[in-house]
Amino acid sequence: MTGYSGVWVYAEHRNGVISKNTLEILGKGRELADKLCVELSAVLFGCNVSSSANVLTIYGADKVYVTDDEKLRNYKTRTYARLMTELILKHKPEIVLFTASTTGRDLAPRVAARLRTGLTANCIDLDIGDFEDKETGRRYEKILYQIVPAFGGNVVATIVTPFNRPQMATVRPGVFPPPEKIFRKGEIVLFKPEAIDVDEEVEVLEVNRSQEESSLENAKIVVGGGLGVGGPEGFKLLKELADSLGGCVGVTRPVTDAGWMPYDSMIGESGRTIRPDLYIACGISGALHHMIGVRGSRKIVAINNDPKAPIFEAADYIVIGDLFQIVPKLTEKVKKYVGAL
Amino acid sequence: MKGVINMHIIVLIKQVPDSREYVRIREDGTLDRERVRAVINDCDKNALEAALQLKEKFGSKITVVSMGPPKAEDALKEALAMGADEAILISDRRLRGSDTLATSYVLYKAIERLGHYDLIICGIESSDGGTAQVGPELAEFLGIPQATFVDEFKVIGGYVEAKRLVEGGYEKLRIKMPVLLTIMKNANNPRVTTFSGILKAVKKQVVTWTIDDVGAEEKKVGLAGSPTKIMKVEKLSFQRKRLMIEGETADEVVDNLLKRLVEDGVIRGGY
Repeated sequence: MTGYSGVWVYAEHRNGVISKNTLEILGKGRELADKLCVELSAVLFGCNVSSSANVLTIYGADKVYVTDDEKLRNYKTRTYARLMTELILKHKPEIVLFTASTTGRDLAPRVAARLRTGLTANCIDLDIGDFEDKETGRRYEKILYQIVPAFGGNVVATIVTPFNRPQMATVRPGVFPPPEKIFRKGEIVLFKPEAIDVDEEVEVLEVNRSQEESSLENAKIVVGGGLGVGGPEGFKLLKELADSLGGCVGVTRPVTDAGWMPYDSMIGESGRTIRPDLYIACGISGALHHMIGVRGSRKIVAINNDPKAPIFEAADYIVIGDLFQIVPKLTEKVKKYVGAL
Repeated sequence: MKGVINMHIIVLIKQVPDSREYVRIREDGTLDRERVRAVINDCDKNALEAALQLKEKFGSKITVVSMGPPKAEDALKEALAMGADEAILISDRRLRGSDTLATSYVLYKAIERLGHYDLIICGIESSDGGTAQVGPELAEFLGIPQATFVDEFKVIGGYVEAKRLVEGGYEKLRIKMPVLLTIMKNANNPRVTTFSGILKAVKKQVVTWTIDDVGAEEKKVGLAGSPTKIMKVEKLSFQRKRLMIEGETADEVVDNLLKRLVEDGVIRGGY
């Protein structure tokens, strides 16, 4: 395992625009690299993407490996996986991180299997620490702690990959705050393999990525609704409150299961992760699935008529009462006196 | 329809704890799968349904494969009752604690033993692990292409045309078979098992293979063969300030709440 050094982040982009989630991971990657006293590098593949490399140094990368080639215009799993593997084998990073997007979750396992190394999915946090192997009593220093929510209770598991390198993980979008620009003086390294091994068995017929990023993830204020809202009618009240605050409405899984609100408004473990300044939870009991998606909120207000609702454990401000009285009153007062920041 | 008739389709299914029930976690951090009611993982049923629809159209043979404890036989029996032709359970005590790499290695060895196939279909992810990694890792071991997060696909003369979900939209791929697809829950509506299906399935047997049967190396499976280790499992703390907002009337409560929020600087206004 000696000889492996450095933290890498695979950079996702849309037509050269680096994804917000990549920058979030880059921020965390910087922190991990500093703890390890090693370099942070980003990897950027695509066509006409070289000019975007400096964005990655601005947000903390010491080095950006770029392969800019017509053959990489469209993402193809095996083409990208072969290239990524080649680059990893050449430079031997100790940690490689991906966004848990549909692309990251498509690519990372392919690379991990090629390298016969471990991969931890959908991390909600990362850290550096030691690991003692109970069987052999051996101690492994400065390895990657990969923290993931574990099924079946309010638990998180810390996963480690002590014996294999690189240590690989995908990271849930939205779990880390967007990083500050630090204007690092980074180095851009062009990686030109002798031949790019293009997957000829796959043809990309069409790519449609016209939809905007969800406004829910970017909203400063989110009003959330659970089964306690009672039905689609009740959500009109929540929408009015959200509008008065310049915010958005999000919901729990049972609400989308019931068909009251669209699937893409679901916040939680299998939905979106938000980190607004203010989250107002209305008629939400506080299941783990949902709470994982809102734990990054600066302040949480919970409105519920059940004094025993578990959400009150996880709230800054507790309002025990009927949301059908409180919410319209709140909207009325907000309209009169308050504006969003 | 030319090129492909009588396809061999392999469907991978996983038996998972019913997500509505509480699951015990063992000392070593692995799930205790013995004590809870177990069901077929949700989107694996969509994978099987997709295969059954192809079978109806092209006359294919469907083999369902699962890796799990002996009781996973129930999941395979259900798959047979839905209309699958053959079922293989890879079950071996030495497999306990396998991570995604070890699991996909074992599945790879089993599929090699099955011989020719045209299509492998699985659900996008399991409801218990939720990694979505076994499909792509298996495809890598097999050296075949993949399309993940697929919500629509069709088979046209030796090729699969698949629509897969990507951030901000979708992409459409044309892929030479054999290929591995991971299928989303909204791809179709899995059929309900009928009584006649159950009767037919009674005659079919679930074949159980050990790691020796599939030729997997013991050191590459189970806890020892898994590069990832569970170091610890702990309670996730969501604890916050928990300040009760009080007031005689709804008016007062709302006033007090807004004052706090302005003080905190999360909203601005004349409070």
